Amino acid sequence: MSLPPFERFYEAHREEIYRFLTRRLGPQRVEDAFQETFLKALRAYPSLRHGEHLRAWAFTIASRVAIDEHRRPRADTELPELSSLDGRPAFAQLEHLADELPPTERAAVVLRYGYDLDYAEIGAALGSNATAARQAASAGIRRLRRKEQR
Amino acid sequence: MNAVSPDLDRRFRDAAAREDLLDVAYDIVDSPIGSLLVAATQRGLCRIAYDAEPEQELERLARSFGVRVLRSSKPIDAARRELDEYFEGDRRRFDLPIDVALLADFNRRVLGELARVPYGEVVTYGELAARAARPRAARAVGTVMNRNPLPIVLPCHRVIGANGKLVGYAGGLERKEQLLRLEGAIL
Repeated sequence: MSLPPFERFYEAHREEIYRFLTRRLGPQRVEDAFQETFLKALRAYPSLRHGEHLRAWAFTIASRVAIDEHRRPRADTELPELSSLDGRPAFAQLEHLADELPPTERAAVVLRYGYDLDYAEIGAALGSNATAARQAASAGIRRLRRKEQR
Repeated sequence: MNAVSPDLDRRFRDAAAREDLLDVAYDIVDSPIGSLLVAATQRGLCRIAYDAEPEQELERLARSFGVRVLRSSKPIDAARRELDEYFEGDRRRFDLPIDVALLADFNRRVLGELARVPYGEVVTYGELAARAARPRAARAVGTVMNRNPLPIVLPCHRVIGANGKLVGYAGGLERKEQLLRLEGAIL
């Protein structure tokens, strides 16, 4: 599949990436992260060799932007929005728990159970591989279980 | 709250152009002869298409100029203004930089001659061929007109048959007639 014009890529993924970033960062910080994600994508776009896995690639970039944002000291103490309007009620119940996980585990859990990406895609998203992604997700889930039992 | 607002969308598109990240910026421009898809590279205007339904046009632009094709209104503002003035009857020639670097030599030469045909005048295919130093190439000139990437700005509507008939126009004969009437070349 050849690489589509960037306009097509942007139209296809902007809403989903926006929702993902809103859940990760909350409504106050989502707009800068959204712009940053798609400007980064635009810079890297010509170096892609084909048009496959573009969705996973978009999540890759958004996850990294979100992780960088999380490492930055917060300007305020605003809490991430607990969204349940995007048709994923089961995960929404769990998601606020995931907020306290370390960034990589959190990204792996959210991408796996919230966005249904497979481990290869999540590995790509996190700049590692499928095995590392699976480990991060299961470590995240174990941590959540322990927390629930306390 | 859970959707990209028009304002955020516009800010991203503006930023992409401002940071010089686009191979091609395009926008849809309304005109009395229908919506136009107007596209520009950083060198200048590269495409005006009558079919504003851009699916195939975007693919073509990506193949020719690079995949970073994005709708963004700012880079098209100058073209939009000049086109508006032209359709209002307030502009007789275009001052926009144009990008025809990718065209074959012969096409560029013919389009260069075409650009000199004044507002409100017409020329025959054969005459234009002669001006491009290829007097027997009237048919080839017809093909160049048919593939003109910048109709209106490069005025292929001013080229007509030796018998005075309008002959053809990539945007449809009706538009050719409207443009010539606007310029006062026909009644």
